[in-house]
Amino acid sequence: MSAKPLVRFIDVSKSYDGKTDAVRTLNLDVQTGEFLTLLGPSGSGKTTTLTMLAGFEQPSSGRIFVGDEDVTTVPVDKRGIGMVFQNYALFPNMTVGENIGFPLRVRGLARPAIGEKVARALAMVRLEGLADRRTQQLSGGQQQRVAVARALVFEPRLVLLDEPLGALDRQLREQMQYELKQLHRRLGVTMVYVTHDQVEAMTMSDRVAVFSAGLLRQVAEPRRLYEEPESLFVAQFLGESNALAATIAQRDGAQCKAVLPTGEIIVAAAVGACATGGEADLVLRPEKVALGAAAQTCTNRFPARVVEATFLGDQLRVRLTTLGREDFVIKLPNAAGQGAIEPGSAVEIGWRAEDCRALVR
Amino acid sequence: MLSFAERQPSGRAAYWLIILPAAAMLLLIYLVPLADVLLTSVTDPKPGFGNFAMLFTSSSVQRALLTTLRIAAITTAVALLLGYLVAYAMRAASSRTQRFMLFCVLLPFWISVLVRSFAWLTLLRGSGPVNNALMAMGLIHEPLALVRNETGVLIGMIHVMLPYAILTLYANMRGIDVGLVAAARSLGASRLQAFRMVFLPLTRPGLIGAGTLVFILSLGFYVTPALLGGGKVLMIAEYVAVQINDTLRWGLGTMLATTLMIAVLGALWALSRVVDVKRLFGA
Repeated sequence: MSAKPLVRFIDVSKSYDGKTDAVRTLNLDVQTGEFLTLLGPSGSGKTTTLTMLAGFEQPSSGRIFVGDEDVTTVPVDKRGIGMVFQNYALFPNMTVGENIGFPLRVRGLARPAIGEKVARALAMVRLEGLADRRTQQLSGGQQQRVAVARALVFEPRLVLLDEPLGALDRQLREQMQYELKQLHRRLGVTMVYVTHDQVEAMTMSDRVAVFSAGLLRQVAEPRRLYEEPESLFVAQFLGESNALAATIAQRDGAQCKAVLPTGEIIVAAAVGACATGGEADLVLRPEKVALGAAAQTCTNRFPARVVEATFLGDQLRVRLTTLGREDFVIKLPNAAGQGAIEPGSAVEIGWRAEDCRALVR
Repeated sequence: MLSFAERQPSGRAAYWLIILPAAAMLLLIYLVPLADVLLTSVTDPKPGFGNFAMLFTSSSVQRALLTTLRIAAITTAVALLLGYLVAYAMRAASSRTQRFMLFCVLLPFWISVLVRSFAWLTLLRGSGPVNNALMAMGLIHEPLALVRNETGVLIGMIHVMLPYAILTLYANMRGIDVGLVAAARSLGASRLQAFRMVFLPLTRPGLIGAGTLVFILSLGFYVTPALLGGGKVLMIAEYVAVQINDTLRWGLGTMLATTLMIAVLGALWALSRVVDVKRLFGA
């Protein structure tokens, strides 16, 4: 990732009303050829970021570079970026073939060249033979494929996708995720993808940028984002986490001792500027917690009482009362020879120091 | 107790009973006279299609028909052009401005065509405010002949027809997804290309609908040409009135009225082949 990034956001802020920032001092690089997902709840600034990159909106301050060019004030039609919209935005007055040929026509390509490229693009999204159909005659999935083909046909180096699968049912959605990912691999084109669906972000992306309230919280590979969240927001937005408020009693390099309000001491991994005497949130993934005999070897061990156990097929989700909490959740794999876990029974739980992260509050 | 299904027929009959007076009145004051008009056109002064032959033989009838077609066509073209601009601006405006603009478009509907025609007469006459202003600015030295001729008729008719054009086009444009133009732009189209290749084709049903509506209504104009034309611009409706009120040639008058009706129905039929008429006029 040392190569020159394709896209650079430098101190980009955007405010629509002059008071609140939709995006605040965003610094983000998109590497050439990567699949980057902008993930966040609605109103987090992810769509605004995409809109500014596409050129529909201009930043209130800051600069955006694509390649070596400062595109901050370049109009949308001069950016040469392909875009796929949530509602497909296919032109109803044109056939499938004319829709896909549109970017070529406005670029003044000759008719035979357009026909050739359109045919190739149709084959790419497996819609051969549908060039003369009206777009209204296509299913949702097919319409989405046309939109993708239209965004790729003029061979842009960058393609933006704004929640393109939001309107599809789950099965079709998963299939389209796979196909988009395949296209990305085959063409080597850089893709920036917006979604609010964390599973979609995890499955498809090389890297995920998590947004909330106009701020970029963290950019990392999906695995790293899940295993090493740098804020409570990221830890709770991606997957499930137990969060315990604590005070750092002592920091010792990468580790720290944290004291809970109830007096227990937990050894945890110290993240960032976590310093002795500071307030922190200890976050712990439910599947990192061991139960009973398996907990014996763990640094952190505490007694707990089972509130309820829910059987989920491949795993067991257990809610416990422990450490002054009644909603402490652990997940146990449905492994061979595992006994029943009865509500009300007293158990011992434990986890390794490095699996519990102390994040500055 | 009666079930819902059993009560239905008597309920249905009651509904028919309620609209019966209206239907009877319509029959009496609309369909009967209309039938009389149709009948008169082929019986007066003597039975046969002698009156309709005048469409091909009488030069004054042909002149009135040509004048009518020409004025209706020019009115339609100008009303479509101006209406398109206003409807486009309305669609782009904020919802508050949109409401205000809609109000301004509807305002003329509350004023009688008669009043509006006299107002134009006052504004456009030789020593009226328009000519005075143009002369004061030094743009012209002699007053322009803006009224009591075809120009005056066109100005008055376009004014009356504009709201119809605007409202029809606006209804059509509101149904167009703004995202489509944005998509066209993101795919490399300039503003002009996005308009020409995406927006304009999508407003085609609106243009056809508004055009037909304005053209049909323009064919039957009576008050505006009579007042603003100063007796020099004879359109079909006025020609009919003259035949019936002054020269008492009922056969000729009713023949022209019938011709006009057939032309209008023909235009509507042609329109229905191209667009969904019911949806176009909000039915």
